[in-house]
Amino acid sequence: MSTLEFTGTTVRYGHGAGAHVAVDGVDLTVASGGVHGLVGESGSGKSTLAAAAVGLVRPVAGTIRLDGADIAGSSAAARTARRRVQLVFQDPYAALDPRMPVGVSIAEAMRATGRRLSRADRQRRVEELLGLVHLDPKRAGDLPSAFSGGQCQRVTIARALAAEPDVVIADEITSALDVSVQGVVLNLLRELRAELDLTVLFISHNLAVVRYVCDTVSVMRHGRIVESGETESVLSAPAHPYTRELLAAVPVMGEPFDGEEAL
Amino acid sequence: MAISPATPTGPTPAGPATGPDPARRGDRHALPRLSPRASFVLRRLGRALVSLAVVVVATFLVVHLVPGDPVRAALGPSATPELVERTRAELGLDQPAWRQFTGYLSGLLHGDLGVSLRSHRPVAATLADRFPTTLVLSLLAFLVAALGAVPIGVATAVAARGGRGRAAGAGVSWALSGLIAIPNFLLAVGLIALFGVTLNALPVAGWGGAAQAVLPVAALAVGPLAYLARIVHVEMLAVLETPYMTTARGKRLPARLLYLRHALPNMITAALTTGGLILTGLVAGTVLIEAVFVIPGLGSTIVSSITAKDYPMIQGVVLVYAVLVLGLNLLIDLVLATLDPRSSIMEG
Amino acid sequence: MRSGLPRGLRGPQGVVTVLGAFALLLVIVLAPYVWGDAATATSVADRVQGPSAAHPFGTDDLGRDVLARVLIAARLSVLLALGATAVAVSGGIVLGVVATVLPCPLRRLVSAFIDILLSFPWLLLALFFSVIWGATASGAMLAVGFAGVPSIARLTYTLASSVTGRDFVRAARIVGVGPAGVILRHVIPNIAPPMLVNTAAYASTALLSFAGLSFLGLGVQAPGFDWGRLLREGIARIYVNPMAALGPGIAIVLTGLILNAIGSLTGESASKTPLRPRASKARARAGAGDPEVLVEVEDLRVSFPDRQGRLVERVRGVSLTIRPGETVGIVGASGSGKSVTAMAVAGLLGPEAAIDATRLSFQGIDMTAAPRAADRRRLGLELAVVFQDPLTSLNPSLTVGRQLTEVSRTHDGVPRAAARHRARDVLASVGIARPERRARQYPHELSGGMRQRAMIGMGLMGRPRLVIADEPTTALDVTVQRQVLRVLRDARRRTGSAILFISHDIALVSGFCDRVLVMKDGQIVEEVAAARLDEARHPYTRALVACVPHMGTDRTRPLPVIDESGGVAEEARA
Repeated sequence: MSTLEFTGTTVRYGHGAGAHVAVDGVDLTVASGGVHGLVGESGSGKSTLAAAAVGLVRPVAGTIRLDGADIAGSSAAARTARRRVQLVFQDPYAALDPRMPVGVSIAEAMRATGRRLSRADRQRRVEELLGLVHLDPKRAGDLPSAFSGGQCQRVTIARALAAEPDVVIADEITSALDVSVQGVVLNLLRELRAELDLTVLFISHNLAVVRYVCDTVSVMRHGRIVESGETESVLSAPAHPYTRELLAAVPVMGEPFDGEEAL
Repeated sequence: MAISPATPTGPTPAGPATGPDPARRGDRHALPRLSPRASFVLRRLGRALVSLAVVVVATFLVVHLVPGDPVRAALGPSATPELVERTRAELGLDQPAWRQFTGYLSGLLHGDLGVSLRSHRPVAATLADRFPTTLVLSLLAFLVAALGAVPIGVATAVAARGGRGRAAGAGVSWALSGLIAIPNFLLAVGLIALFGVTLNALPVAGWGGAAQAVLPVAALAVGPLAYLARIVHVEMLAVLETPYMTTARGKRLPARLLYLRHALPNMITAALTTGGLILTGLVAGTVLIEAVFVIPGLGSTIVSSITAKDYPMIQGVVLVYAVLVLGLNLLIDLVLATLDPRSSIMEG
Repeated sequence: MRSGLPRGLRGPQGVVTVLGAFALLLVIVLAPYVWGDAATATSVADRVQGPSAAHPFGTDDLGRDVLARVLIAARLSVLLALGATAVAVSGGIVLGVVATVLPCPLRRLVSAFIDILLSFPWLLLALFFSVIWGATASGAMLAVGFAGVPSIARLTYTLASSVTGRDFVRAARIVGVGPAGVILRHVIPNIAPPMLVNTAAYASTALLSFAGLSFLGLGVQAPGFDWGRLLREGIARIYVNPMAALGPGIAIVLTGLILNAIGSLTGESASKTPLRPRASKARARAGAGDPEVLVEVEDLRVSFPDRQGRLVERVRGVSLTIRPGETVGIVGASGSGKSVTAMAVAGLLGPEAAIDATRLSFQGIDMTAAPRAADRRRLGLELAVVFQDPLTSLNPSLTVGRQLTEVSRTHDGVPRAAARHRARDVLASVGIARPERRARQYPHELSGGMRQRAMIGMGLMGRPRLVIADEPTTALDVTVQRQVLRVLRDARRRTGSAILFISHDIALVSGFCDRVLVMKDGQIVEEVAAARLDEARHPYTRALVACVPHMGTDRTRPLPVIDESGGVAEEARA
């Protein structure tokens, strides 16, 4: 059981007159075992929320809890607790050290478990994880440059899993990939979720992808959540005008472009 | 020691741009109510003042950082203890440190830089004699380097990209590398050997007439000119590859507009940002050039005063040099602010 | 990449460098044993002589052989330079790395301090430090070393900050790797190669700097001698024996070049081989074609040189036509050659592209050759281009208005005021509010959507017959994407212009275009009416349509996936 809970979370960048509130009093619950989608346009604060959950930025107000335990603070307990939340980044090439063999990157993430493994155990675990994301375990010694974009993204997923997380945050994990590769990564995520009983916060600007992957969804705009609910009901009967605007903007295959009310 | 910028190969994969909108990011850092340019210039002015404060403190401290007794070191082993004590009192070194510092500051504010230990003349008077020479020498070289580098760098870049005159371009670029590798004092020696000794065409020492300025200015300017020309070359090539240049080519603008209006301002801001230090570095080169050509300026003064451990004089010369460098830095910043509407954002 | 010799070591430059370094090493080690006597033996008879067979560089005022002294001075000169380099590099790296890991306010303070030090030329700093340590060899070594600390620190700080800002460092922090671990495991391995290059470059700078100090009399003192000192002695007698001054000078320059060359060898940043421009050619038949056809492309092939300079064909025999007023889409994965094709049609490929086509024409103008003046004018007015990223494709240092008006002013000879007026109207027509104000602003002051509108407006300043839009909405949000598409469509309706629309989003293309060309690996695999995409024949097209989730995709089944051969791989086996 692992529930990720944001309560009144507020993140501000800068200070004084130039301060910019990126996340503004967000209440959000990612229920255990579910995939929760977070939709919004660039600058809406969705990535900042993810960064706050893994401790890359510190909220100025509100709490972030994992199963009731604080993970946003600076205490040692919070630092340890938040390692159970792992983040998969958008750009797989940027997210892997270009000079570190992928196996070493994955092994590095095992530190988050707090257990000290022997070299042989680490190696075995790396091979197991690579197998889990359908990559050849024998390629653990290769550098990221030897992999394609989609394969690199699978490596970063394996790295996140190496930390044995309770919650995985996927931040636009397919938007840097070609459409032809996107499906592979999405299928993998579905599969892993079923196999490992993961709780996932899935961030995307693509409503169709969110609809395909998520059970529940929240729509974010200007740092605030404007609408939340079951994916089917939110997308079929949107309550908020912004959600409707977003839905109308999604190009639909074979449907002639209609921008009459745009502008 | 420039790092070559990573050259992108092939087209970048299509994908949505990430991160906050640059325009928004810019707003966040801009000071309210001030235009970006004004706030940029104000910030740079502030930095120059802080730098000046650092220099003042450093010149004050330098006497105290000398290992052992600076007065004894300055006067030599033969000086009597009475003389050492008297000089110490003259310099105020017998007072507590904070009194010395306030005294130093108030002296500076009144234009009093102390008295030379060797000539017993006021330091300020000597500096007033010597400074104009160094200033003229620096500014002449500054102009030659800045104005010479742009056409050379631009021409070689355009030739290298366009495919015409590639061989000539490569030759120029080899020549530039060679000139960069030769330090100014060696170049000065070479120029003397060639124009003074072998050809006997130009004077090789002293300062006064225009003919006497030719070789020193050349020796001082050629290295920075070559370095800057190479920076201009690299930046121009980078600018020519940018999407906005493709846009401009898409408008089928004539070459004149393409290069002068679209490429040049962007290239100059980029080149000045990386090459500004080269131009100000030229000021310090006067020390060596004045030594080679026996020019009575600040450079020869600082060398002789360091050799003689004439601390008040050293402090004065270092201060003047630092002010000259900071002034040129500000000048470059002003040019940047005029040319580049984004200067405020690049700061952030 | 990790095996074999560094790239720079191969080739003639590498061989020369290695030989030079070896020779320098030999001189440093052996010179004092071989030429020690000649360098110290004084001879009144041989005083201050010019070059001769016995003394190639002549003799000094005590009759000692200058060449021998130059060779012997190599050891001291190089060792002192290396000592100064060690001081500068270790100090700089420590300061730079410490600055990187400090908490934010302190980090900015240290960084500002480094910047202040950096604004002073090294010689001024070196002179300042030599006041403290005095005019001795070791004092000058410390002075040159400390004078180099700021630049190495700045370099380290810049490189290290660029690494610590990357996602992989964030990922390491998330799993609990501490600051020291980040530095050891991620920062140092990534900054080491460029640091190595710069260390060698600094060694060369230090050599020259040290020679300068010695030359001024602030470095090595008699009876010791390094190259700077020899130069100082030589220049006093330059009229009698120029070689006494030039000899040490040549030694300094040669050694500096060798040190620099060693740096560029160790680095992997060996500069890219210059691109060789290639002649583009149309194979005959470039004359007037069908007047009913706007764009004619027949068997277009475009190649680019790869890293080794070999030509790689990226567009392999593309043929297409665009009729007036048509909206044609090209879809394909990245690297499929769709953008290259579009840029070839626009005549905007760089000089490194080798273009080969039976026909490549826009309104009868051959786009493989440089256009004639009259054609330039027509192209400027009738062919518009819109790119993916409107921020980088607008000139940052010109106002938006200026970038619009210059089309009319250049090609139509419209006076300034009239052009401004027109620009205002055009900006208003693409939905930009307060166009007068926006025209006076710079691109960075506009939002992304507004920039793309301005970009489209730029094309509308002429009389566009064709707008080439290369992923025009990929960098934009979906709601903004719709607005920009609307602007593009309205512009087409108003002007009757054709549109060549490039995108990776097949759903978008299907709704926006009349006709869709599907590209894969540099070839058009299928051409199909946009409304009939669901009836596409080619397996790749079908796969492209199937693999993207849409608002009606069955959530209970895995997505179909494109396999290696380009068709739909097994559907739903799991």
